[in-house]
Amino acid sequence: MSWVTRFLTSSLGKKFVMSLTGLFLILFLVVHLAGNLKLLPAFAHDPADAPGMAFNEYAHFMTTFPPIKVISYGLYLFILIHAVQGWILWRQNATARGSIGYAVKNLRAVNTNARIAAGMGWLGTIIFVFIVLHLYQFWLQMKLGNLPMTDYGAGPIKDLYYIVAETYRNPVFVIIYAASMVVIGFHLWHGFQSAFQTLGLNHKKYTPAIQFVGKMYAVVVPLGFALIPILMYLQSLNA
Amino acid sequence: MKITLKVWRQKDAQSKGRFETYTLNNINEHMSFLEMFDVLNEELIQKKQEPVAFEHDCREGICGTCNMVINGQPHGPMRGTTTCQLHMRHFKDGDTIVVEPFRARSFPIIKDLVVDRSAFDRIIQAGGFISVNTGQAVDANAIPIPKEVAEAAFSAAACIGCGACVAACPNASAMLFVSAKAAHLNQLPQGKVEAKRRVQAMVKQMDAEGFGNCSNVTACEAECPKEISVVNIARLNREYFSSVVGSETVV
Ligand code: SF4
Ligand code: FES
Repeated sequence: MSWVTRFLTSSLGKKFVMSLTGLFLILFLVVHLAGNLKLLPAFAHDPADAPGMAFNEYAHFMTTFPPIKVISYGLYLFILIHAVQGWILWRQNATARGSIGYAVKNLRAVNTNARIAAGMGWLGTIIFVFIVLHLYQFWLQMKLGNLPMTDYGAGPIKDLYYIVAETYRNPVFVIIYAASMVVIGFHLWHGFQSAFQTLGLNHKKYTPAIQFVGKMYAVVVPLGFALIPILMYLQSLNA
Repeated sequence: MKITLKVWRQKDAQSKGRFETYTLNNINEHMSFLEMFDVLNEELIQKKQEPVAFEHDCREGICGTCNMVINGQPHGPMRGTTTCQLHMRHFKDGDTIVVEPFRARSFPIIKDLVVDRSAFDRIIQAGGFISVNTGQAVDANAIPIPKEVAEAAFSAAACIGCGACVAACPNASAMLFVSAKAAHLNQLPQGKVEAKRRVQAMVKQMDAEGFGNCSNVTACEAECPKEISVVNIARLNREYFSSVVGSETVV
């Protein structure tokens, strides 16, 4: 085995990959949220614009500008690596306990989020199912061209806004989405700071700040995501 | 005190184990947990029954052999305490206490509460040493070591190799133990020279033994009788990455 393979298959190497892909996905979520905000009329360039214009133009840019396309393939790959690697680690950890577990379970830990830490596999599985649904509902429809077209004066572009608005007319999808954001919030609550610990960045001066930022992030970002379909649903009631 | 014990009994590595219930009526609250087991075993021997096998040696909290999981906690409910130093006054009269062996695939059961922890020995053999001929004891102040470094190395060196970290970890990971041993040696001038090789060799052996992967649950630190900090795990992580990726060392 070359040193690279040995590194990537070692327990620490696998965790290293988990934390780097995780941190990348954390960055991605911020960009994604900034884009999603354009779904709301409050974030339109001009209140007089057709609903969803800012969002559709943004989506058009993100799916056609070549450098972003390259990054998006990297993103799909990272999501897959994070999911597959996470699943492998989860299975390995389950077998490391042995065939017989404890009759009395009593988890005491130093971190207050130990229960979340111990449940990362389950949380991740739920998130994975959500991502599959999410990609099917929007990304795949866009790729397959199952979208109406619209034109704001610069040639026809896909009206992604239309299917998003249609989807979140349905309260069931709104609830699934909001519940998934809660799960993502928990996953991030542990994942954010855990990534730094795994990379070896535990430092008297910086760790309190990392933990604080991580917890803020884990609340604010999923909350921002969840509010958008809720607001769109409320809008659809008025329309 | 009256204590009801539910103890895991298992004849040998091959047989299936089960819990047995024993009632002890005359337990003195000043007894240690192991002394309570001594009383139980005396009674069992008088009744011509097989005594409960458990490991112990120093009975003063320094050898790390007295391993059992008491009500779901390795070394019992008190923080920073080994089973041998745990006193019965921390339990209530009439309590039922469940006692199980450490559970980890890498720590197979030998009998009753005794597990085979030689996986730890093999990790130490892989890198938990320094290769210098010591010769005569040198003057203590011949090599200057800053106080903070000496203290950090010493608090890591307090690890007694008991394995409670593995038993407590939901992933049965040995990271706290390995990181404590590495942090102990890597920070001192005598150990530093081999640090790059040491971390790779110890992690390699740890993985080969089948311990789980650390997911920063930190149950290990909470259950460690020597209160070894997970800060050492972060240190091992970064020393490992810098050794594998940033040095020419290949193990
Ligand atoms: S780190 Fe603590 S719990 Fe783990 S072996 Fe050392 S003393 Fe025991
Ligand atoms: S018997 Fe030595 S530490 Fe408990």
